[in-house]
Amino acid sequence: MTRLALALILSFFASLPARAEVQIQEVVSPGGITAWLVQEPSIPFVALELRFRGGASLDDPDKRGAINLMTGLLEEGAADLDARAFAREAEGLAASFTYDVGVDSVSVSARFLSENRDAAVDLLRTSLIEPRFDQDALDRVRDQVLTGLRSDAKDPDSIARNAFNAMAFGDHPYGSNYRGTVETVSALTREDIVAAHGAVLARDRLYVGAVGDIKPEELGPLLDTLLGALPQAGAPQPEAADVTIEGGYTVIDFDGPQSVAIFGQLGVDQDDPDFFAARILNQVLGAGGFESRLFTEVREKRGLTYGVYSFLLPRDHAATLQGQVASANESVAEAVSVIREEWTRAATDGVTAQEVEAAKTFVTGAYPLQFSGNGPIARIMVGMQMLGLPIDYIATRNDKVEAVTLDDVNRVAGELLTPDALHFVVVGKPEGLESSAANEG
Amino acid sequence: MDRLRSALSAFVFSTVAFANTATAQEEAVTTFTLANGMEVVVVEDNRAPVVQHMVWYRAGSADEPAGESGVAHFLEHLMFKATDTLADGEFSAVVSANGGRDNAFTSYDYTAYFQRVAADRLGIMMQMEADRMRNIRFTEENVAIERGVVLEERKQRTDSNPRALLGEQMNAAQYLNHRYGVPIIGWRHEIEALSHADLRDFYETYYYPNNAILVVSGDVTADEVRVLAEEHYGVIPANPDLPERAGSIEPPQTVERRLVYRDARVAQPYVSRSYLAPERDPGDQRAAAALTLLAEVLGGGQTSYMTEKLQFESQKAVFSGAFYRGVSRDDTTFDVVIVPAPGVSLEEAEAAMDETLAQFVVDGVDPEQLDRIKYQLRASQIYARDDVDRIARRYGAALAVGLSVEDVQAWPDVLQSITPDEIVAAARDVLNPGTSVTGWLTRPDTTEVTQ
Repeated sequence: MTRLALALILSFFASLPARAEVQIQEVVSPGGITAWLVQEPSIPFVALELRFRGGASLDDPDKRGAINLMTGLLEEGAADLDARAFAREAEGLAASFTYDVGVDSVSVSARFLSENRDAAVDLLRTSLIEPRFDQDALDRVRDQVLTGLRSDAKDPDSIARNAFNAMAFGDHPYGSNYRGTVETVSALTREDIVAAHGAVLARDRLYVGAVGDIKPEELGPLLDTLLGALPQAGAPQPEAADVTIEGGYTVIDFDGPQSVAIFGQLGVDQDDPDFFAARILNQVLGAGGFESRLFTEVREKRGLTYGVYSFLLPRDHAATLQGQVASANESVAEAVSVIREEWTRAATDGVTAQEVEAAKTFVTGAYPLQFSGNGPIARIMVGMQMLGLPIDYIATRNDKVEAVTLDDVNRVAGELLTPDALHFVVVGKPEGLESSAANEG
Repeated sequence: MDRLRSALSAFVFSTVAFANTATAQEEAVTTFTLANGMEVVVVEDNRAPVVQHMVWYRAGSADEPAGESGVAHFLEHLMFKATDTLADGEFSAVVSANGGRDNAFTSYDYTAYFQRVAADRLGIMMQMEADRMRNIRFTEENVAIERGVVLEERKQRTDSNPRALLGEQMNAAQYLNHRYGVPIIGWRHEIEALSHADLRDFYETYYYPNNAILVVSGDVTADEVRVLAEEHYGVIPANPDLPERAGSIEPPQTVERRLVYRDARVAQPYVSRSYLAPERDPGDQRAAAALTLLAEVLGGGQTSYMTEKLQFESQKAVFSGAFYRGVSRDDTTFDVVIVPAPGVSLEEAEAAMDETLAQFVVDGVDPEQLDRIKYQLRASQIYARDDVDRIARRYGAALAVGLSVEDVQAWPDVLQSITPDEIVAAARDVLNPGTSVTGWLTRPDTTEVTQ
């Protein structure tokens, strides 16, 4: 290990009590790979999080599902090891590698012991750089994906989500299932998988977080060994989505005792100056565990559901505000009507000062609870980098929440919440609900 | 409502539940008992200023009176309602207002309540948890509304899910006499009939400090916990009339049971089988340790015997696996499953699985595979230290089913000491058709099972 180019920027979790002296350093490897590191030498292992921006949204539209299948195949054989030999090797090292795919990124979460770190990193490297994509493994994993797709086709939650996404995002990759369809996945060839690998796993879209028993001067060379051979560039990132959500209902017939409803409207981007006001608003409206207005009105007062919630979904190329509820076929219309009323009430009357204070206390107090363990901290750091947040963000984040005022929240409630443009996709046999005219045919 | 026996809900196997053994020295575990009989476990980790506070009651669905299925779980819901000093929902509101998260779960053998909060809020959590141990107000209105919520929960978790429905029926067939055969959430008609008095009686019988275990993990010392626990829980009198936990005993099981559940909502047919199996017993965990390793060797992941034979060699399955969980008061189950590959019928799949199980007993354990598994277990003791809340849950569950702190701490060494011969012997014992229940999940038109 020769010369290291180390850029050390220290930051502290100032929002935590002083004794939580967790420090993030930026490490740039000799080969130019940037990572954020938290040294945590007390337990002899490292959690490493890698994320490649773009994820399944980089699929060629005709090859939908290729990136999902490719990601599933990374652990199914690499270099001179076939699928079984690779699994035996990973087990023999007691290392764990998890490869995951989402609409905005492909992520690799690794965990390995200090005592065999080099061997573990070498094995992980082969899976990223030299995956075999053997035809027998491809066929086997394809069957697993098809099994999942067939299950989705009979799962009311998946049916509702797919219908909502198709309506809201249309031809954008967000509008279709990233796992593809039975038709597209059945048609995928080894060449398609190789192309998907080249589209996603490239250095120009890579973000790295590491937490654990490793020094910065060790991490740099490790990253070069692990990732240095990746190509510089991959497929171009998708354009922003053109989101269209019209108020009303889409009812999809499905046999069962309950109806599932997914509802949503336009949302707010994470870099919007009003994001934290919207975050507090949603906390009051539907995100709070047992305290939100939706939970109180639909479950606590009326007993219409086991769970109802709403959430902000600020993705890379579109932001929405969505929610979900399940209720008996006889009562789902009432649940939906209560949700609509709460949407209107918040939009027109706003929320109260006490609600804003309670939401702020929760949102600021819950933040430190997320930093529980090496893996979660590595994931949080990668998420911060992908959003372009500064390395000292953790220390300032709660101040941004505290700065939100009642007026901010109520102004955002008036601007953001559009009860007339709130659309419900209902899957089941809901009594008293039918598709709006605009959605028929 | 966590422990539905169906490990099938996602067709995904994870070693996480398995890889969580660790030793006391490295874990900084302290245990003591309050004068009123409440046991206390403290697991320290000072890396982040956070604590998890849990109270476990030795009362689960298996402790319910006959005809009152679901009362333990229904009561868990009501525990978030008003007490003499807190309004409906105020408990969780105070947790939230302190930046925390809270929830609860009910199982066959226990019910547990927990919060995760900043370490300096531990006292408030204890104050409120101690309050609702004795002071819940049962109102007709709360019972009526919460019954609706519980029925919706049952619809969502069970009635809308063919896999859960098959699992419920298989459980009922597995246990001829024991209450483990009754679903934790309860049978619908009994949930509908549970009265205000039923709920109150269960609470008045079991919710006392001498039937509870306090488990605190995170950034707190044992001494700090002792002081707070004495202040909040130590003042609550024990229940001198706490009943003995007499579990019902299974009669000899000699008849192979077979079920076919047909449901149009089934997307992926499969064959699931459970065998009655011994649990971890205090001071006697060897049989359970052998079964734990058997589940790993036989069907625990990509390199397991079943995966090798059924997914790679004969390619009869898209998924196969074996599952065992030994933390239980009475006899538990050892489960195997096969999800057939396209074009393979359930009948063929079951035959292939049976052939594989029989061949395993002949072939025995691959020593290299067992070495890898044992190494993973040792490594898991290192990884476990990164998640003290999980260590805390492990102690809570073990103590709630009657295991001791010593049993929990001895477990990793017992696992390491198990020999290949013991694993094969465990397989011979447990894979007994007479104690088995085989379930087919399929669509109404059985000619379609191969899809």
